[in-house]
Amino acid sequence: MAPAEAPPILVAIDNLTKSYRRGAQIITVLQHVCLNIRAGEFLALMGPSGSGKTTLLNLIAGIDHPDEGTLRIAGVDISRLSESELAIWRHRNVGFIFQFYNLVPVLTALENVELPLLLSELPRRERRAHAELALQLVGISDRKDHYPRQLSGGQQQRVAIARAIVTDPVIIAADEPTGDLDKVSAQEVLDLLTRLNQELGKTIIMVTHDPRAAERASRLQHLDKGVLNACAVDG
Amino acid sequence: MFKLILRNSLRHRLRTALTILGMAIAILSFGLLRTVVDAWYAGVEGAAADRLVTRNAISLIFRLPLAYLNKIKAIPGIKRVAYGYWFGGVYIDEKNFFPQFAVELHNYLDIYTEFKIPPEQRQALLKERNACVAGRKLAQRFGWRLGDIITLRGTIFPGNWELVLRAIYEGAEETTDETRFFFHWDYVNETLVKNTPAVANQVGWFISQVEDIERAPLIAGQIDDTFRNSLAETLTESEKAFQMGFVSMTKAIVMAIQVVSYVVIAIILIVLANTMAMTARERQEEHAVLKTLGFQGRHLVALIAGESVAIALMGGIVGLIAIFPAAHYFRTALGNYFRVFTVSDETLLTCLVIALIVGLLSAIFPAWRAARLSIAEGLRRIG
Ligand SMILES: Nc1ncnc2c1ncn2[C@@H]1O[C@H](COP(=O)(O)OP(=O)(O)O)[C@@H](O)[C@H]1O
Ligand SMILES: [Mg+2]
Repeated sequence: MAPAEAPPILVAIDNLTKSYRRGAQIITVLQHVCLNIRAGEFLALMGPSGSGKTTLLNLIAGIDHPDEGTLRIAGVDISRLSESELAIWRHRNVGFIFQFYNLVPVLTALENVELPLLLSELPRRERRAHAELALQLVGISDRKDHYPRQLSGGQQQRVAIARAIVTDPVIIAADEPTGDLDKVSAQEVLDLLTRLNQELGKTIIMVTHDPRAAERASRLQHLDKGVLNACAVDG
Repeated sequence: MFKLILRNSLRHRLRTALTILGMAIAILSFGLLRTVVDAWYAGVEGAAADRLVTRNAISLIFRLPLAYLNKIKAIPGIKRVAYGYWFGGVYIDEKNFFPQFAVELHNYLDIYTEFKIPPEQRQALLKERNACVAGRKLAQRFGWRLGDIITLRGTIFPGNWELVLRAIYEGAEETTDETRFFFHWDYVNETLVKNTPAVANQVGWFISQVEDIERAPLIAGQIDDTFRNSLAETLTESEKAFQMGFVSMTKAIVMAIQVVSYVVIAIILIVLANTMAMTARERQEEHAVLKTLGFQGRHLVALIAGESVAIALMGGIVGLIAIFPAAHYFRTALGNYFRVFTVSDETLLTCLVIALIVGLLSAIFPAWRAARLSIAEGLRRIG
């Protein structure tokens, strides 16, 4: 048997630059970043606080617009999409996991997971079924009628993961998903991400501070003061 | 989505409850003030177009000689003429105020066909010199029965005036005033002839019914021309204009009420707008999360506007429900001054529309901000 071909490049970042304006001051957060990510990779993005990890992740997830450079994801240059095209693109392609879970407090676990599906054409019954399935996948179906404040941090993060995968996105973007969790809960969340990567083939990009979290990744990238040049590694 | 709007609005129960209460009070006040204004104008609306009122050109308080009657009657196109004046007596106590008129009843009742009197009562009324007739509501108010003696203490015409209630009229329509009180002008005049002949044989106004409404303005001019250059010149106008003149004495007050009613709405608009802005600001991060999930500006606009309109309408509906008992209270307390005090459908509709508009306007700024919010900005946490 011939050796398996390397999977295709899913995310191609070239010469990406992003700066923020703070008053009269312009802070350049990312400088000419180059990075390729293959489909099915589990990438950990590390680096000191303020190095621009969140900014880079936001750009990949289509949450923010770059100033310069290209950002191709599955062949689409998302830096050229309009605001509403980008919203639709995000809904179809990205699941986002936040450090502080960011569930909607007035909705139950199930309703939170169902939320992204409200944007689809799915009838109510199917939305419910999808959401229940996602909750089952993260192992928290028994808490589906609980409100976020009735759940522990680890449980909330699992609900958040269910919400991120319910639309079956290609990419899962996680910004310090274990940053606010105790050790045991953090392990559970990481186990879950690993399973999503290995069993469901999701491409995961995870920003983290935690070396134990980084260990789970299939690849590690360091971002230092907004500089990252990884195009050459496996371009 | 509706569930989210509803749950969002119940998030700060106290705040929402207070806002709804404020909205309810504002709408209630607005509705009541409108109804007061309507009640003022109801007098004008009831006026018929085929009636002309002739009064002294200088002022309502100056009288006209009775001798004008025949000259007016002689003008072609006039069907009937009645006359009378405002009596302004006190029944037992000042607070028992009701409108009293001493009129030439025969023609007057023929002109005012909206005052319906059974034929035998009418006969009795016209026969007796000190007979009087009261509206149904007025009779009810004082528990008067036919045959009762009603004594009025004159203010303009001194003395005690004893009258016998011989008829009770009913209004032909719902808006017909059933609180009036009439008796014979002759009865007053007889006494004046005896005691103060200088002021006898005078009337406050003539009321003429014209045959052809179209020609009413022309006839009004002819009446006034007849008395031009005489001692008491006349001013003739349609009954509607005449009553408008009455109302215009208090027009400034009516205007003030109108202004206040809008001020109340402006205040609640500011309150609700502030509440919504505060709420949206608190939920900035949540809005950023929704956007991350793929929700767009227009979804957030719907979410915020939906909540704002829901609160405004809830308040509006509570206010409208409260308006009926409040109006009922007004009617019992002040019914003597306003002949109709009913909340019109138009007022109800206006209240609802205003609640809706207040809800929408309040949402504009926060919705615009939420729509424009950059996700990266909204998600950023200090620390
Ligand atoms: N919206 C913004 N406006 C201004 N400065 C920002 C904004 N977002 C991030 N920054 C700045 O950019 C730098 C990198 O931020 P971030 O990407 O959040 O870093 P990290 O996630 O690696 O801690 C920081 O100095 C931060 O203050
Ligand atoms: Mg960060």
